[in-house]
Amino acid sequence: MARLVRMDHTGHTTLAEWTASDQEAIDAAAAGFRAELDKGYFGVVSGGPGQAEMVRELPRDAELVIMRRPIAGG
Amino acid sequence: MVPSVTTGPIATAPSTEAVLPEVAAVHWRRRADERSLRSRKRLWTLTTAAHTVPFLVTAGALVAVEPLTAPVSAILVAKAWIIPALYARRGANVVRQRRRGEEAAQRRALGLLGDLVGHDARDLVARTGVVLEPGRLGTWLVGEAGALLIRPGGRTVMCWCVRVPDPDLPAADRIAHLLLALRTDEEGFATVANLAFSGAPWRLRRKLDPAMRPALGAAVQAARGS
Repeated sequence: MARLVRMDHTGHTTLAEWTASDQEAIDAAAAGFRAELDKGYFGVVSGGPGQAEMVRELPRDAELVIMRRPIAGG
Repeated sequence: MVPSVTTGPIATAPSTEAVLPEVAAVHWRRRADERSLRSRKRLWTLTTAAHTVPFLVTAGALVAVEPLTAPVSAILVAKAWIIPALYARRGANVVRQRRRGEEAAQRRALGLLGDLVGHDARDLVARTGVVLEPGRLGTWLVGEAGALLIRPGGRTVMCWCVRVPDPDLPAADRIAHLLLALRTDEEGFATVANLAFSGAPWRLRRKLDPAMRPALGAAVQAARGS
């Protein structure tokens, strides 16, 4: 089961879950993903140490898509 | 800065970005790379020398001219020692643990962070509050509000101040934000971050929280092997 999560003040919130065969769930996850982008979040898929990709569309094959806030120099 | 949003059909292959969008917010900065980091390290060393050498020279000259001024010379030598120590404290502050947030939220955030790192890194973050992440520019220790970069060879550490500007996030989520940004674009991460200190690991170690010192030791070891 793939998950779309947003890091927030609760630790994280699961926004959507889907499987590759469930088109309805994928559509709902994609809509949720776009809504988070509109709020200013970035979508990231981590591929282990040293590897992560920012995504601008929901990757239906990813196991975990994380929405993060922008960072800034302190 | 928000990336442009594609609202078309869901892609099987994701549309990805290799450059941090946050870099656009510091467009006037040269993108960090191996050469620019070496240059910044040299500049930092020169600046530190410019702050300390005059005190040492003056102290030596005073004693040479009039030995009775030894107490004044001692004060000058102390100043020459204290100035780099203050910079090192500033560097250590970038990974100082801050407010953890609500305990339940912190536990959930730690669970997610644990999913992002390996077993060893998970143990290290539980013990020290920082994540060890190998990179092309060196070995990173990622904290809540900054990161330490131990350069290959382990003789130089650079302290970078960078954060996610959301005070309500639990500590582990702040680390996860920085870790994901670092993994996405290491050079971009070093471009966005502000350099707070550059120097020898031993100088920084004295200013770190004792619980965090083993993490620095592990990172220096990893950097020596890289």
